[in-house]
Amino acid sequence: MRKQIYATSFLRIVVATVLVLLSSAAISQENVFSEDGPSDPELAKVFKELASELRCLVCQNQNIADSNAPLAKDLRREVHEMLDRGDSKDQVIDFMVERYGEFVLYRPLWSVKTIALWLGPLLFFLFGLLMVWRLSRKPTAPVFEPDEASLAQARELLAADTNKDQTP
Amino acid sequence: MRFAVPLVVFVVIAGFLYVGLSRDPRHIPSPLVGKPAPEFSLPTLADPSVNFTPAQMKGKVWLFNIWATWCAACRIEHPLLVQLARSGRIDIVGLNYKDEDASASQWLTDLGNPYTTTAVDKEGRIGIDWGFYGAPETFVIDQKGIVRHKHIGPVSPDDLTRTILPMVAELEAESS
Repeated sequence: MRKQIYATSFLRIVVATVLVLLSSAAISQENVFSEDGPSDPELAKVFKELASELRCLVCQNQNIADSNAPLAKDLRREVHEMLDRGDSKDQVIDFMVERYGEFVLYRPLWSVKTIALWLGPLLFFLFGLLMVWRLSRKPTAPVFEPDEASLAQARELLAADTNKDQTP
Repeated sequence: MRFAVPLVVFVVIAGFLYVGLSRDPRHIPSPLVGKPAPEFSLPTLADPSVNFTPAQMKGKVWLFNIWATWCAACRIEHPLLVQLARSGRIDIVGLNYKDEDASASQWLTDLGNPYTTTAVDKEGRIGIDWGFYGAPETFVIDQKGIVRHKHIGPVSPDDLTRTILPMVAELEAESS
């Protein structure tokens, strides 16, 4: 009975968690300001990609697709117009980097300056692996091999113990 | 010896945090510094039939100040700009960014006009060319039209006397 109650409440938690995760995924999927993009479906796709990869400089932890800051709106307009003119994705990115620096990119470029950024996590991971390997390799306490004398002693002690138990 | 590894790890992390936390995340280095000032031609606030272009300032060291009446921080630095302009030390050109002409003119009448000229960027396109993101911003531009310095946020008296004015003096000395 009790077990069943636990099972249902556990199930409830699982269902609730899954629902919360799904809804947050749905929110992050939605490009709030995608209506600022070109109507042509091909261009709209590029616009969406760009808008989600370019950082809004006013509200620094948002991309320009999610931000409703006036500057983000202007940058969306700029991206839209550049795409309409036939500029490529790289040209738009170059345009932004020329003006705002590489900080505008959520995905940093590969360069000497950013190498630590790209390889840092990998180094930490390898360091962790190394530690795990080293710790697991540590020699365990030597196996105790009792000799005949200590075995006899142990038997004697056990016997004494059993006798004691039997006396009421 | 036992503590060597944790100690080194601690010191490295503490070092990174110390540097990281003492930095202002709003201060983004401008890629424009060392490059020619972006060209534009915009109507001036005083007379919309007359345009301003940065090329008109060739041969002078000048300040370019992006401002708006909706920008609270601009009000903070404004008296300092007025004072600087009155001293006649340097020309300041204003860029009135995404603003109403009427309120901009009113502001200059009420608070004083430190600008030799004010160009009007109604749609904010020139602002983007200058990598503008946080009003006010102030640029130091040399005689050849190269951007030498960018200041983000209101200019304080300290910024002026320690950074901007010495730099201006240096630039002026370079050419003569």
